[in-house]
Amino acid sequence: MALAGRTAAWWARLPSSRLPAAPLCLPPWLPAACGRPCSSRGKEKLDMSTYPVESIRNFSIIAHVDHGKSTLADRLLEITGTIAKTDRNKQVLDKLQVERERGITVKAQSASLFYSHGGVNYLLNLIDTPGHVDFSYEVSRSLSACQGVILVVDANEGIQAQTVANFYLAFEAQLAIIPVINKIDLKNADPERVEKQIEKLFDIPIHECVRISAKQGTNVEKVLQKVIEKIPPPQCNTADPLKALVFDSTFDHYRGVIANIALFGGEIQKGHKIVSAHTKKRYEVNEVGILTPNEQPTHKLYAGQVGYLVAGMKEVTEAQIGDTLFLYKQPVEPLPGFKSAKPMVFAGMYPVDQTEYNNLKSALERLTLNDSSVTVHRDSSLALGAGWRLGFLGLLHMEVFNQRLEQEYNMSVILTAPTVPYKAVLSSAKLIKEYGKAEITIINPAQFPDKLSVSEYLEPTVLGTIVTPHEYIGKIIVLCQDRRAVQKDMLYIDEHRVMLKYIFPLNEIVVDFYDALKSLSSGYASFDYEDAGYQAADLIKMDILLNGNPVEELATIIHNDKAYATGKFLCERLKDAIPRQLFEIAIQAAIGKKIIARETLKAYRKNVVAKCYGGDITRRMKLLKRQAEGKKLMRKIGNVEVPRDAFIRVLKRQTDK
Amino acid sequence: GTPCLQWPYCRKRCSYCNFNKYVVPAVDEAAMRACLVREARTLLRLSQVQSVTSVFFGGGTPSLASPRTMAAVLEAIAGTAHLPAGAEVTLEANPSSASPPRLDGFRAAGINRLSIGVQSLDDAELQLLGREHTAVEARRAVEVARGLFPGRTSIDLIFGLPGQSQSAWAQGLEAALGLCDDHVSLYQLTLERGTALAAQVWGGNLPAPSQDLLADMYQTACTMLVAAGFRHYEVSNFARKGALSTHNLSYWRAEQYIGVGPGAHGRFVPWGEGGCSREARVQTLEPDAWMREVQTQGHGTRRRVVLSPLEQLEEVLALGLRTDEGVTHERWGHFSPHLSLEGVFGAPGEAAELQQQGWLVLDGGGLRCRREGLAVLDSLLPGLLCQLQRG
Repeated sequence: MALAGRTAAWWARLPSSRLPAAPLCLPPWLPAACGRPCSSRGKEKLDMSTYPVESIRNFSIIAHVDHGKSTLADRLLEITGTIAKTDRNKQVLDKLQVERERGITVKAQSASLFYSHGGVNYLLNLIDTPGHVDFSYEVSRSLSACQGVILVVDANEGIQAQTVANFYLAFEAQLAIIPVINKIDLKNADPERVEKQIEKLFDIPIHECVRISAKQGTNVEKVLQKVIEKIPPPQCNTADPLKALVFDSTFDHYRGVIANIALFGGEIQKGHKIVSAHTKKRYEVNEVGILTPNEQPTHKLYAGQVGYLVAGMKEVTEAQIGDTLFLYKQPVEPLPGFKSAKPMVFAGMYPVDQTEYNNLKSALERLTLNDSSVTVHRDSSLALGAGWRLGFLGLLHMEVFNQRLEQEYNMSVILTAPTVPYKAVLSSAKLIKEYGKAEITIINPAQFPDKLSVSEYLEPTVLGTIVTPHEYIGKIIVLCQDRRAVQKDMLYIDEHRVMLKYIFPLNEIVVDFYDALKSLSSGYASFDYEDAGYQAADLIKMDILLNGNPVEELATIIHNDKAYATGKFLCERLKDAIPRQLFEIAIQAAIGKKIIARETLKAYRKNVVAKCYGGDITRRMKLLKRQAEGKKLMRKIGNVEVPRDAFIRVLKRQTDK
Repeated sequence: GTPCLQWPYCRKRCSYCNFNKYVVPAVDEAAMRACLVREARTLLRLSQVQSVTSVFFGGGTPSLASPRTMAAVLEAIAGTAHLPAGAEVTLEANPSSASPPRLDGFRAAGINRLSIGVQSLDDAELQLLGREHTAVEARRAVEVARGLFPGRTSIDLIFGLPGQSQSAWAQGLEAALGLCDDHVSLYQLTLERGTALAAQVWGGNLPAPSQDLLADMYQTACTMLVAAGFRHYEVSNFARKGALSTHNLSYWRAEQYIGVGPGAHGRFVPWGEGGCSREARVQTLEPDAWMREVQTQGHGTRRRVVLSPLEQLEEVLALGLRTDEGVTHERWGHFSPHLSLEGVFGAPGEAAELQQQGWLVLDGGGLRCRREGLAVLDSLLPGLLCQLQRG
């Protein structure tokens, strides 16, 4: 998927130190006038009843990656006294190690802020959202708990692809939108231009934009006031029966599932018996509280408030994101919920050695425990034995997942070529009976049904948005055409910038499109996309053969028009990736029985070190033993030995095509 | 046991060489001599070697040292262990330090075999290699040496130079065959990290010969030498009339050898201090530091590693297969009294497959490479090591 420089190992929910009742909740120097309902130093539970629905605002900050969302969040937290004002507050809400290391937000976090304005004490619930295209599902999830958003745009870079995507997410959810132009302290800042872009594209009057510098704190207070003035309080009532939306969850090894909830009605407290509308399972509430941003237990949570809940849920799957919780024997109409994260890329994963199957299984279970967006299905193949078919959000996700398995669990695995979820409309009555349906989804090339029994193949598509300085348009249009994309829209958002919209086949952008786009626009073009359904496509299955033996890892479903070029390319790459051996190796791409490309890797004719005397022996033995170790990890296809990382290297290197 | 003495100094750095060598303005030869003598004594005693089968003076450029140094070292060896009269005593010599009087002096000091670094008989090639001598000087040196050490003069040649053609190599070898005695070493040029030549090739300033060309050159050379009556007894070594290098064979047969001098490597059992396991030893690299250590403690051993029985067998295998005799049952049994060669490699596995494919032979003589297998030995060994480790 789009592999941005700041792309996240977002699934890496490292065991975070979620200690109960973290005592840092309230700085002692806060004036009593702010009326915070904390009786003493956070040791006791907060009383949330002093915040009626009218004084609550639930909002998110949305922005293109790097436009300063997390820095603004830091300032808001400081101004409201939620965290102490120091130089060290950098991305306070980014709790995961990867987030801090890479300077990104990959996981939505919430924080409750207390702010006094016009004599009223307000409870402002900030739900931070991820800033990368891969996590847009997480953004929409967060928005469901909000009534408004702060839309942050960089005063220098202006509107980018993801700004557009995020705007529409908020717009379609009918949320109040507060446009904020950030980084006005930068030398090249041009807030007027950005204001015009916002007016042109989003139809928001120029005077509604707030110019700020989150880094320097300029005008940040004004943003808070806008939040209070422009975002409506949630429409709900504490007198109604409990209706709580689960909008996120994390897993704690000691306490089980910690669900982030937004109350759309009623109240909740320890001891309440609750039921999940999704699973119908019953739980007793152990703890409720708010996030400040650490967990701060409260006596109760009331309608309109946002917080967390611990209720003895043992597995992440029990806290289904989008689920509605209600009181036992007081059922309510469940909230609409939302689509779960949809894997875009599937790949087979197999142990190098079948005796490792159980170890790999337990490593997979542990690694996916905190990551409901990785789907796992058992799978098996003649060549590779028993394994799994995993669904990922992108190729990077898959790679890093693999890397973590190796590094943290010492697991060596075989990964097959990534594929997108294709569909086939079956025409064969026999197959329809076998599958129990006429339209099937193919996530494994091995199950690609033959053309003779299919009336139509379908491929997933996305609507891609590209925002670019106009000088790159020519190159970008060529790139898009090369990717079988169809232009839907082209709009100048100001004199220099263009927004392009294309329908892309998903498989054309999954591996390397973002990299290609970035490199041909010197990094200036941005890209985002959303699901756009399926379209009919002339698909075929291509096999790669080594000396006549199919390489199951590299079997791919591909568009007919691309078969020859891709086949040739894969063969050429494989020739470089496979070391010479004692015999000649024919590397072929085949469709059915027809060979469409061939490369020949010649046999070694000479491979022996010239000098091996007393002083050479130690070094020589060391090298030979390393080679012997490496040999054990080779994947054997027929009698051809292939380094385990060769296939993924072949697939990855498509960027230099 | 065979002592191998390192003379670490050279007059000039060759463009392809990455050995432990030093180019210094002045060498304190007396001190160096004293230290070589002292360390040779110490280590010989430590090894408790009764009889010395051969001695080798390597380097560096040992022919830059004076015959007195060789004489002193040989005297020390003979005084510590038995040095039979006919034992092979080899000196590595460069044509530029092999004048008739010097060679005569070396013979008088006890040297009875000469290995001359001819490398090429083409001046342009010699220049590319950074050698000090010309082709004419090389010829003269070999002729003189043959007169003084008849039947015991070896020459080294290098092939696979950047830009060298198959025919140029064949012609050069033809010329060398007209010049040589009964022993020839042919080395394919190995580009070593840190050398000037490698930097030029890797930097794209000189062409790297293709794999196929190198294979052809090697094959041509082997054919020519065998036709001239030479036995191809090791990957890069050829001899006729039985003029094999006893000393070098001891490496490939995994016998005991005692490295003396800066950066020298050894393999022996230090019986003298109660040890009973074969050790891999390395002496301190830098000459001055090494000398200080020898002066204070009698030797400059920097690193000793006990080789496990498996590691010893790995060496026996990897080195033995470089020779035409291969790993004999007898030698294998010496290192592995309980598990025979058939026990390890006779079972189904890598060796059987390689044998079936025609690279290897396991028979009454032992385990060895066929001619085709020898050229690709480094592709055979990892699999064989895997099988050995399982066995």
